[in-house]
Amino acid sequence: MEEEIGSIEEEYRKITETITYLRRDIKAISVLLIDKAGELITSVGDISNLDIASFATLSAADFAATANLAELIGEHDFSTLFHQGKEKSIYVSLVADQVILAVIFTRETTLGMVRIKVKKASTILGDLFDRMFKELESEYAKTVDQDFIDEAESELDSLFE
Amino acid sequence: MSLINYATKEINCKIVYYGPGLGGKTTNIKYIYSKVSPESRGKLMSLDTELDRTLFFDFLPVNLGKVKGFSVHFHFYTVPGQVYYNASRKLILKGVDGLIFVADSQIERFEDCIDSLENLKANLSEYSKKLEELPLVIQYNKRDLPNIVSIAELEEALNPREVFSCEGVATEGIGVFEPLKVVSKEVLRKLK
Repeated sequence: MEEEIGSIEEEYRKITETITYLRRDIKAISVLLIDKAGELITSVGDISNLDIASFATLSAADFAATANLAELIGEHDFSTLFHQGKEKSIYVSLVADQVILAVIFTRETTLGMVRIKVKKASTILGDLFDRMFKELESEYAKTVDQDFIDEAESELDSLFE
Repeated sequence: MSLINYATKEINCKIVYYGPGLGGKTTNIKYIYSKVSPESRGKLMSLDTELDRTLFFDFLPVNLGKVKGFSVHFHFYTVPGQVYYNASRKLILKGVDGLIFVADSQIERFEDCIDSLENLKANLSEYSKKLEELPLVIQYNKRDLPNIVSIAELEEALNPREVFSCEGVATEGIGVFEPLKVVSKEVLRKLK
C-alpha cells in the first residue's frame, strides 16, 4: 500500500515538474491541470489573485460547451481553445482525453510558442496521467474506509446545522 | 467516481440540483451560501440571463474540513431548468456524484416535473449512467403555496424508487439542509 501511494505521488511529482518546465519555457503566469468535471488537479505559477475553484469549473464547462458546438458542425471536439485578452490570454487544451490543461499568459508570450510547447508537454503528461489513473483506481478504496466515512458524516452534520 | 487528489490531499464530490425551470434550485443554493460560514465556502458563482434564469449553472464550493488528513470538498451545481437549455444541463452532469431533484409542487408545474425527471434519465444515459445507480434525493418545493399537488401524488409520479424525499420552502430555508445532508452522506458512502 505504501508503495502504491508512493508511486502515485511520484507521478504527481513528475506531472507538476512537467508543467513547471512548461511554465518556465513560455514564461506563463500560471499553468493549471483540471479534470473534465471541473476539479483542479494541480497548478504552478502565480495563482494568488485567481479564484481557483471558479476558474476550474468554468474551464471544464467551457470545454464541454465547445465540444457540443463542435458536434453541431460535425467535429468530434475542438482539441484546443484560445481566449485572447488585452493583457492576458488563456490557452486551453485537452491531455490524455480527460484532463484539461490551461495556460494563462501575457502578451509577452506568443500564441505560436504556447502551442508548440503545450503540444510537447501534452505527450509527456498523457503518459503520466494514463499511469496515474490506473494506480488511483486500486488505491481509491483503501483511502476511504468506514472511519473516514464516519468522520466525514459528522463534519457534514455540523456544517449544515 | 469522485476525484481523490493524493498530491494536494483533497477529495472532491460533485452534487447537482436538477429540476424544472423556476422550481427553486438556485434559491436552495443561495440559502446554503447564506448559512454556511464564510470560512467553509467559496464564492457563489451564477451564470444567469437578464431575466434571472440560470443560463449555464450556479456553482458553490463548500469545504467540509479535514477528514483523516484529506480535505473534503463538496461542489454544488444547479442546472438551468428551461427546456431549451438542455445542452448546458447535460454538460453539468458530467462527473456527477449525487443529485437533488427539486420538484415544483404547484399543480400547473406537475407535468414539467415529470418531464424534467425523464430528461435527467435521458441525459445521464448519454454518459452511460443510470439514475438508479446514483445517490438521489427529492425536495418537494414551494409547499407554502395554495395550489399544490399532494405529497402522495408527487411521490407516486416522481419517486417510485422511494428515495429520501422531503417538503421544502426553499425561500425560507425549510427542507434545504436535510436532503443536502442525506445525499452528501450517500455520496460519501459510495466512495468506499
